[in-house]
Amino acid sequence: MSDNILEAHQVVKRFGGLLATDHLDYELPRGMIASIIGPNGAGKTTFFNCLTGFYQIDEGTLDFNGSSLIGLESYEITQLGISRTFQNIRLFNNMTVLENIMVGQEPHLKSSWIGALLGLPSVRREEEATEARARELLDFVGLRGLGDQLAKNLPYGDQRRLEIARALGAKPKLLLLDEPTAGMNPRETAQTTTFIKRLRDELGITILMIEHDMKVVMGISEKVTVLDYGRKIAEGLPQEIQSNPVVIEAYLGKGATAALMAQEKQA
Amino acid sequence: MRRFNYIDLVLWLFRIGIIGVVLWGMTGKFILGIGNDYTISDWLDFFVSGLSQGSLYALIALGYTMVYGVLFMINFAHGEFFMAGAMTSTVLVALPLENAGYVERFPWLSLLAIFLSAVLTSVLVAVLTERIAYRPLRNAPRLVPLITAIGASFFWQYYFRGLFGSSLLPFPEFPMFDGKIAFWGLDFQKADIAVILTSLVVMFGLQQFVQRTKTGRAIRAVAENKDAATLMGIDVNRTITITFIVGASMAGVAGVLYSIVFRQLNFVMGFIPGIKAFTAAVLGGIGSIPGAALGGLFLGIIEAIGPPLFLEGLGVAGSHQLKDVIAFTMLVLVLIFRPQGIIGERLAEKKA
Amino acid sequence: MNEELRGTIKTGLIAGVVTLSLGMIGILVAFNKRFIVTDAVTLADLLLFGMAVIAGYLGASSLKEHSMGRRLLHGGLAGMLAAVPTFLLILLTLVWEGIRDSFINVEPALVSLLTLDNENVVVGGILLIVVFGVLGLVGVGYAQLPVRFRRPISMSLAWTIGSGVMSDILIGILRPRMSNDTLRSLFGSTGLQPVPFVVLFVLLTAVFFWWQQGGQTRYQTLRQNFTPRQQKSSRRVSISLLVIFLLILPSLLGVYLSEIFNEIGRFVLMGLGLNIAIGLAGLLDLGYVTNFAVGAYIMALLTSSSQFGPENPWSFWLAVPICVVAAMFTGFILALPVLKMRGDYLAIATLGFGEIIRVLARSDALKPVIGGAQGILQIPAAQIGGFMAQVMGYILNPINNLLSRFELGILATNSNGDIVFGNPPQLYYLFILASLLMLFISRRLNNSRTGRRWMAIREDEDVAAAMGINTTNAKVLAFTLSAASGGLAGAIFAAKLGSIFPSSFELLISINVLALIIVGGLGSIPGVIVGAFALVGIPQLLSEFAEFRLLLYGIALIGMMLVRPEGLWPSEVHRREIHSHGEDETAVPVSVKP
Repeated sequence: MSDNILEAHQVVKRFGGLLATDHLDYELPRGMIASIIGPNGAGKTTFFNCLTGFYQIDEGTLDFNGSSLIGLESYEITQLGISRTFQNIRLFNNMTVLENIMVGQEPHLKSSWIGALLGLPSVRREEEATEARARELLDFVGLRGLGDQLAKNLPYGDQRRLEIARALGAKPKLLLLDEPTAGMNPRETAQTTTFIKRLRDELGITILMIEHDMKVVMGISEKVTVLDYGRKIAEGLPQEIQSNPVVIEAYLGKGATAALMAQEKQA
Repeated sequence: MRRFNYIDLVLWLFRIGIIGVVLWGMTGKFILGIGNDYTISDWLDFFVSGLSQGSLYALIALGYTMVYGVLFMINFAHGEFFMAGAMTSTVLVALPLENAGYVERFPWLSLLAIFLSAVLTSVLVAVLTERIAYRPLRNAPRLVPLITAIGASFFWQYYFRGLFGSSLLPFPEFPMFDGKIAFWGLDFQKADIAVILTSLVVMFGLQQFVQRTKTGRAIRAVAENKDAATLMGIDVNRTITITFIVGASMAGVAGVLYSIVFRQLNFVMGFIPGIKAFTAAVLGGIGSIPGAALGGLFLGIIEAIGPPLFLEGLGVAGSHQLKDVIAFTMLVLVLIFRPQGIIGERLAEKKA
Repeated sequence: MNEELRGTIKTGLIAGVVTLSLGMIGILVAFNKRFIVTDAVTLADLLLFGMAVIAGYLGASSLKEHSMGRRLLHGGLAGMLAAVPTFLLILLTLVWEGIRDSFINVEPALVSLLTLDNENVVVGGILLIVVFGVLGLVGVGYAQLPVRFRRPISMSLAWTIGSGVMSDILIGILRPRMSNDTLRSLFGSTGLQPVPFVVLFVLLTAVFFWWQQGGQTRYQTLRQNFTPRQQKSSRRVSISLLVIFLLILPSLLGVYLSEIFNEIGRFVLMGLGLNIAIGLAGLLDLGYVTNFAVGAYIMALLTSSSQFGPENPWSFWLAVPICVVAAMFTGFILALPVLKMRGDYLAIATLGFGEIIRVLARSDALKPVIGGAQGILQIPAAQIGGFMAQVMGYILNPINNLLSRFELGILATNSNGDIVFGNPPQLYYLFILASLLMLFISRRLNNSRTGRRWMAIREDEDVAAAMGINTTNAKVLAFTLSAASGGLAGAIFAAKLGSIFPSSFELLISINVLALIIVGGLGSIPGVIVGAFALVGIPQLLSEFAEFRLLLYGIALIGMMLVRPEGLWPSEVHRREIHSHGEDETAVPVSVKP
């Protein structure tokens, strides 16, 4: 087994004539916190969707932990150990907070409907254990005491946290976070940043996130990848990316680098 | 590149099964000669009556498709708009005119009055339904308006049963639709031809209305994107009402044409044509106006030709009873294999 | 003309058009035969004059801040306007002789009802307008009452009117247990006698008022102060009382009411099944009747002694499991092609399946196998014989002897020593057994991991898959298990009727079942029972309703969605939601940040 938890090679995803990801290569070492950035429509979320089986890729290979993800349904990928959150929070709105996290633990549950009908003790034990672990996770993400609320009644920041708790329920090896701090105020963003670091340090989960907030990206990432028009245009340590003229151009348009340089000279 | 799972296997077996049944039936019919022996002119009769039935489906389907286009809801009560127009115009206009002898003396004028009253009633019923049962629920989950639509359908059926009774009503005989007419040495029912021609004219008019007029553009804009349409200064509620009015007018016209062909009406007459028309709308690709027209014609023809063509060849007793089975099987097939409709465009797979 | 006046006129005229419709579609005349207060007030009077009160009430309550005089004026005006459309109808009958040829329900009985039985219809019509105006003022008066009076009054009015409407049922229950004279002093041929009516109304108002003013809280504190042991024993007592009540119910109800209960039971069974598909998994199945039909036909084919049955007909008890499994298999097979469809498309495809099954059932093509339109006859009733019946007889017969002293009884053996489920009170036990079984199963599934998976799929199918749920299998399972209960209902139905015909398996059944679980509250198990009582029970009780049953259905569906989309007895989650909305700020503790 190689030291990379995730290896993507020459991944192509087409929508009609459009290449949403264009021969993308990506490697993610185990235990790293990595970020993917890029302008809107650069293919970041598409890449996530390919990884989690929402889309089937048209060309290339995807390997997780040494086994291929191609052709797997999204539930099978989750069972292998990849969990995710969504850019526009997608909780089970009319279920309680606790139930949401319990659903998150699906990959590790074994009881069948027949067992539930018969009221087998093993089923009852499993349900109790599931609920206990859900409460633990609730505490871990700081939502203690909110278990009986409906998910949709939580405030925005708590909903983001709940989404992460639900993803953690599956005990993932790799966690994909799609804009985890979107819509948060600076204080909440700072809290979330530390929290993400804790996930890696305490639980040993490899983390790949899409993020727009450069403070977050630069603060905790150990590797940053920049996508534009489905292609990888730069990759490296946060500091290297910050000063890369190609990246600045992708974000601000042609000529931006020159303008910035001129500004710097003036200053 | 998704793996082949057992669902796909079942769907393939289903596909092969249907094709097999059709081929087997046709073999039985033409090679083994099972069932009645039809001449070319018999087949042409089937075709024309199917075409006439199909034009009715098409007219009703237009209402479904337009409403689906702007509201993304199945207006389950649309068949009742059709029924309301047909029943009211028959009871309150056609029969009194016949009793007074006007139908015989001024058939065209009487017909005009019947058409007008049918369209008016259908429109009134449609506007009331939209206002009471659909508009307050614009932002509700999609299940909710579907249920009020089912409720409205029941309500109107039994409302009109209460008004006009539950017995079969006769529609007066119009001299110009009676008997047959010969083209190229072949006989056709005059009523069928009239229905086909009228529907074609009405559908052409609708297409022009939607494509050329300002209101038509507003309807298309609302179908495309309600928020953007609002920003462009379009009154969305008014446009939706107009869509209902246009759809109901078509249903009203279809109601009179139905009466001319079948000459018997009652309060449940809207149900089966309604479902068939919805099938037609789905066949053609729901939301598309030409699609609904083609889907209706296609459904009418396959219903008329299907039983003699491949069911008789299978040795099925009373094959004409099964034309509804053919229609609903078509519906399910299209929903499974081409949910975008026969001529519709493939929508991009979109999940997240 | 100012805004408010226009509003009042609109209210009045809308009420008028509704009144006119009630008359023209025949509801008023039909309901005029049922007295609520014997020889005084009929159900039609109630509807007719109720419209005036409602018009007055709405006319006055749309005014925000005005003097009493203005309110009375508007209320009276709205009331009078509510009679204007019917007045026009009366005038129309004078000039249009043949109106009945077109509008079949505009009959002399309607005209005399709308003219308060006056010889001169114009005078009568004007009189009606005046009466409506006065009743409009009553509506204003009601609107003026403080809420703490209004609530008890309307509750008790509803209950009193209810007992008046249901008087013949009450008579049926009370007759064996009361002397004829007492009965006659309470009830007329239909309806309550005036004095008992007033007494009941006053009594109920007082009770409801007391309950609202403190009784409720006192009762609740009493319950809260129970020790755990007391709570347990109180629970035990209430459950055993309920069981005893359910066991002796048919003897209390008699044949006619038992039959109504059986109909309710049939729909509860189907409702519980469909609730799995729609309420839990969010799969909008409009072809549920298919499962019911399969259950019934398999029962017929296995047990009938006619040409369609086997040489040696099976016993009911052996056939039931086969029926259930066959229905589940059908559910499974029909689920496969529709799995990838969502929402409306799924609804239409399942509706298509239902229609295909119906047309096939009555076609000549399948006639040699399942009898076509003539159906299958000679299906025997379910029965228990032999040793089993003997054992049960030892237990049941002494109980029956005891109960017969109170004009009560339970299931019993017949003269041959067998137990036959033939007549409605006997069939009741079959239905209640099946319903309790399905209730138990539904509850278990609901509170299990399986139920949670279904709910997740209902909420967001893609995300459910991303949580590691095999959505395909979960949906197939939902369709399959949902079918089981329909098959069971069908099997019992076939044994109950003794013969089945394709006309029993129309789309209407699917719609009825859908309607009842929606009216009861989607996803709620008690809601299914409440919905079945409301939509199956009540229309059965009022024979006059038969013709208008589906009309009222339609109104109920629309009204429910507009006013109370969560249903009469919402599921726990909905209840919690309503609850938490009220106390949002206080109930949510400040979260501990990580």
